[in-house]
Amino acid sequence: MKLRNVLLGAVAAATIAGPALADLTFPNLTYRTGAYAVNGIPYADGYADYMALLNERDGGIGGERINYVECETQYNTEKGVECYENTKGMGSLVYQPMSTGITYQLIPKATADGIPILSMGYGRTSAANGNVFSHIFNYPANYWVGASAVVNHLLDINNGNIKGKKLALVYHNSAYGKEPIRTLEELAKKHGFKLSLLPVDHPGQEQKSQWLQIRREKPDYVTMWGWGVMNPTAIQEAANIRFPMENFIGVWWSGSEGDVLPAGESAHGYKSLAMHNTGSDFPIYADLKKYVYATGKAAGDGTSSGTVLYNRGLYAAMLATEAARQAQSLTGKKIITPSDMRDAMEQFSIDEARMTAIGLPNFAPSFSVTCENHGGPGLAAIQQWDAKAQKWSLISDFIKTDSEVIGSLIAEDSAAYAKENKIPAQCS
Amino acid sequence: MLSADFFYGMEVFLNGLMTGVMYSLVALGFVLIFKASGIFNYAQGVMALFAALTLVGFQNGQVPFSHLINAIFGTDIHHFGWHLPAFLAILLALLVMIIFAFLVEKFVLKHLVNQEPIILFMATIGLAYFMEGFGDLMWGSNVKKLDIGIPQGGNFWIEENTAFLGGEDFYGFYLDTLDIYATVIAIILVSGLVTFSQYTKTGRALRAVADDHQAALSVGISLRTIWVIVWCIAGFVALVAGIMWGSKSGVQFSLSLIALKALPVLMLGGFTSIPGAIIGGLIIGVGEKMFEFLIGAPFLGGATENWFAYMLALVFLVFRPQGLFGEKIIERV
Repeated sequence: MKLRNVLLGAVAAATIAGPALADLTFPNLTYRTGAYAVNGIPYADGYADYMALLNERDGGIGGERINYVECETQYNTEKGVECYENTKGMGSLVYQPMSTGITYQLIPKATADGIPILSMGYGRTSAANGNVFSHIFNYPANYWVGASAVVNHLLDINNGNIKGKKLALVYHNSAYGKEPIRTLEELAKKHGFKLSLLPVDHPGQEQKSQWLQIRREKPDYVTMWGWGVMNPTAIQEAANIRFPMENFIGVWWSGSEGDVLPAGESAHGYKSLAMHNTGSDFPIYADLKKYVYATGKAAGDGTSSGTVLYNRGLYAAMLATEAARQAQSLTGKKIITPSDMRDAMEQFSIDEARMTAIGLPNFAPSFSVTCENHGGPGLAAIQQWDAKAQKWSLISDFIKTDSEVIGSLIAEDSAAYAKENKIPAQCS
Repeated sequence: MLSADFFYGMEVFLNGLMTGVMYSLVALGFVLIFKASGIFNYAQGVMALFAALTLVGFQNGQVPFSHLINAIFGTDIHHFGWHLPAFLAILLALLVMIIFAFLVEKFVLKHLVNQEPIILFMATIGLAYFMEGFGDLMWGSNVKKLDIGIPQGGNFWIEENTAFLGGEDFYGFYLDTLDIYATVIAIILVSGLVTFSQYTKTGRALRAVADDHQAALSVGISLRTIWVIVWCIAGFVALVAGIMWGSKSGVQFSLSLIALKALPVLMLGGFTSIPGAIIGGLIIGVGEKMFEFLIGAPFLGGATENWFAYMLALVFLVFRPQGLFGEKIIERV
């Protein structure tokens, strides 16, 4: 009898404590442990805090509470796939894997399962072609946009002529790091600059050979596709060989506070790409303080608030939840399915008025998504590190990138994928 | 006049030597513990991380477990408000590593006396993951700048005074000042360890335990005391390695992965020889850098260092399984 009571009690408790099936489930594949935790934590905190804010301030989205589910991947592809398999049955509306390797593995799985993926600024670049990749979205920017933005910035500071200049790409020797190579090769042909490639093996703590090579070959500019400890090590090595920091430009994953702080004053002037604005001078932070930090609902210890990767987590969560809001509006239902979510993401649009209403004015560009273009506007800005003030600042507007080169590469790569996987045209 | 390429080759060679010293600093900790207790200490990399985290925490006046305290008591404390001098912070970090050694002996090793080496190895795996989580809880997971006053960056004097060697295309030898300091520190460390081991009573007891546990016990040497001493010394070596590597790229959790760089050094130099750890480190450092310079970067697309180090160690292993300086184990039936 006692045992029966205990079991009944346990079942009742689980029913109360567990998520209601009607909740809107947003899984987040995080890495709060492992070699890349230093990047994974602020992003996950920003993402979780935004979800907590919507629940605490608005009661969720359209009156439906958010069921936020974290799953630890350690930036490991196998664990990421395991997380996906373990959470997809919970009614997960969208996946944001935060890893190019995991995204590659999930593309066929999520497509078959009918669940959309939003790989914001990472993943498979050619997934921007919605005519082939029906369930994969990589707005607002992708790696080829990033590569083109670097070259456009070099054109800007060289009066439109970079013929004969030397650009070195220092990259994480992985699927992620190799993504920009094709675009940079095409842009090198188009603009006449010389490209050299310098891979760095995981985790990237030892880069002496690469930087001795840079010292010997004296490239005019260095761009970096790095992650984790590779970033601060590269910035320190660049400072050690006295490479001019203003000529060193990282991708948006190589431009956070943790990347530059270890190098101290010598990181001053280092640049990176940006897909959103920097700092905490946005009205949303007042709400975060009131509803999340002050009520003990914050995911972290507060030290990452306002950092680049925390803001990226906020932005990623905002794009996901806004798509869910638009799905509710399109279907007229409060409870939406992954299929509704996908349809809404394909018609997604966000403008400055909405961003202002959210509390993020002048934070990121307005854009729309179409069936053919899952990649968004193809805009990126440049930010620069001020070591004295210890802050990043945007030094350019969100600039257009070379859609001619990027478009043809996307078409070519996605066509090959479609042929290999026998995928018919998705947009009529 | 010799070509610039020749001198660049020399530059790579010298930098390989310096990098090798950095690898040796990590390998030394493994050797010390294995030599005295037969334990392959999986936690050595995490010990370096933990020591560096503790050093930076003390130096910056960070409140340990502040996240936990704030979460439980609703406070908002992070720092004591003082900044300790590097020397004092190093001493305090060393004290923590000594306390850690006592705790490891008391709560782990004491209970595993006479167990198989694989059991002890697994215990150190558990210890590594515990320490990683404990370090995170104690000091937080954000990247920390480690600055104890060791300068870094290319040495101007060497660069300017060697630029004439290779003509216009040669810019002088690049040697990182931090690496030069690391080399000097490694020389002092190894000399100190060898002197301690050869000329002190405790050092002789350590060697006796390393040679034969049973014989050492029979003449009254306390195995538990020796283990504590060895783990204290390994903790000190971990602190030195943590300082040097942490100064290069900040203190963050991937610092524990420096242990991966020590494995080929150990395979090559042997698990029981202090000079072997040094020579092994130098061979691995020079070997991987020269291979990358001569073959890897020009012909194989680069990033050959990680696998080449292991391949080089494997070749040595095939011809000399006990490593260059390791003791050959012969078990007779």
